Amino acid sequence: MTRSIIPFGPQHPVLPEPLHLKLALEDETVVEAVPALGYVHRGLEGLATRRDYSQMVYVVERVCGICSCIHAMCYCNCIEKLMSIEVPRRAQFLRVIWSELHRAHSHLLWLGLFADSFGFESLFMALWRVRERVMDINEATAGNRVIVSTNIIGGVRRDLSREQMNSILKDIAIMEKELKNLYDTMMNDYSVKKRTVGKGVLSKEQAHALGAAGPTLRGSGWAQDARQLAYEAFDELNFAPVVETDGDCYSRTKVRFREVFQSFDLVRQAIGKIPEGELAAKVKGNPEGEITFRVEQPRGELFYYVRCDGSNFPERVRIRTPTFANIPPLLAILPGAQLADVPVITLTIDPCISCTER
Amino acid sequence: MKFDLKKWIRTGSLKSPWVLHFDCGSCNGCDIETLACLTPVHDVERFGIINVGNPKHADVLLVSGTVNHRNKVVLKNLYDQMAHPKAVIALGACGLNGGIFHDAYNVVGGVDKVIPVDVYVPGCPPKPEAIIDAVVVALGKLKGMLENEDAPGAGEKQADAERDKAANA
Repeated sequence: MTRSIIPFGPQHPVLPEPLHLKLALEDETVVEAVPALGYVHRGLEGLATRRDYSQMVYVVERVCGICSCIHAMCYCNCIEKLMSIEVPRRAQFLRVIWSELHRAHSHLLWLGLFADSFGFESLFMALWRVRERVMDINEATAGNRVIVSTNIIGGVRRDLSREQMNSILKDIAIMEKELKNLYDTMMNDYSVKKRTVGKGVLSKEQAHALGAAGPTLRGSGWAQDARQLAYEAFDELNFAPVVETDGDCYSRTKVRFREVFQSFDLVRQAIGKIPEGELAAKVKGNPEGEITFRVEQPRGELFYYVRCDGSNFPERVRIRTPTFANIPPLLAILPGAQLADVPVITLTIDPCISCTER
Repeated sequence: MKFDLKKWIRTGSLKSPWVLHFDCGSCNGCDIETLACLTPVHDVERFGIINVGNPKHADVLLVSGTVNHRNKVVLKNLYDQMAHPKAVIALGACGLNGGIFHDAYNVVGGVDKVIPVDVYVPGCPPKPEAIIDAVVVALGKLKGMLENEDAPGAGEKQADAERDKAANA
């Protein structure tokens, strides 16, 4: 059988981002997938030597616009640990609220794009309509829809008033009601199941051996979530990692959909338990030493390594993002798939190319 | 009455502009705001604006993000494949001049370093309203290009001159 090579990307209607895969096909079946990266590489880690450690917060926020708040939170934690800054408890709760709202809007965005990838455009529209409520909360509380930029070293920049918290709770209740209807549509629909059940199966052993992260890992039956490390205010909040066992596209979708509800629940818990207090601790001097920190991003575990030498500028900032970890599992599940299923399977790892290539 | 195909196409590209979106090294912020324009709250599809995947079908090119050494070839390819007349919109601080990444080692700069840009949209990221407004402004420019197009090849000559200017700059 002769092989033919089909290029998938870098400009492809199903992905807003330039992911490039070279697909080797026999008939309509994929036998090999070779990724070509670098279309979004900006050299962001190199900027660490030119921006001082407090300006670097704005740079790491723009590693990925979708989960900007969580990148900044991870970086701020690194610097705060190096300088032994005690972050006020209220600031930690506020960080949790904004980061969980980010997770909810990231998953809703992904669910919509996923529905679009198999041609269910009305579901895409319905999910994005729900998502706009989260964006409105972001705009009302932080002044910007996507990059909220609320984290600073030592705490947070903005406070939430009681009225704002009440309106967030009201919005969350509406969104949960709307999403419950959509959950039935998405998870029980015949045509959705036809395109997702049994497609792109990643077994439990494979997921562990290839180093999958986040919902891709949890969709294959591993209960691993970096929020269990109890950073920020997660030690006071009750949650359990969302796990599905089948490892196919359907179970990864289910993990993400259930995580949206989990995020709303965490926001509700955080608003219920938030104490009064300061917003940010005073920062003096420069950090020195090296440190690593892990947080849970919508796509999985995010890892930061920061080394500072006591000057204004960090010496090295190394970022390991979950999408990069999920590319080997993607290359393992693509062979054997039909060409028409490639967009669906590629999307189930939630590719975020700007994170991957920085 | 004789059917005027050219007039029909011109009316179509102004009344129902098709938009091609290319992420050229953006952080996704501008991309998700571009997609948000299509969704029920803003819903530009009711005005006939459609996001297409094929550059040969597109009238307006929306580019978000900084240009780097790898994707500048792709960006130029996409631009060259689009039929005249065409308008280019650069989105966000990065598309304008590189934004926060302007001095990173792999960043060439704004979109106008590679292709001529008609409309610049500031913001990090710009709001969907700003993006819709930019498309409306771009349509005004497109209309001007169509009116000046009566001299044969005028549009192409103008665009080529602009591109040469941008490439030499």
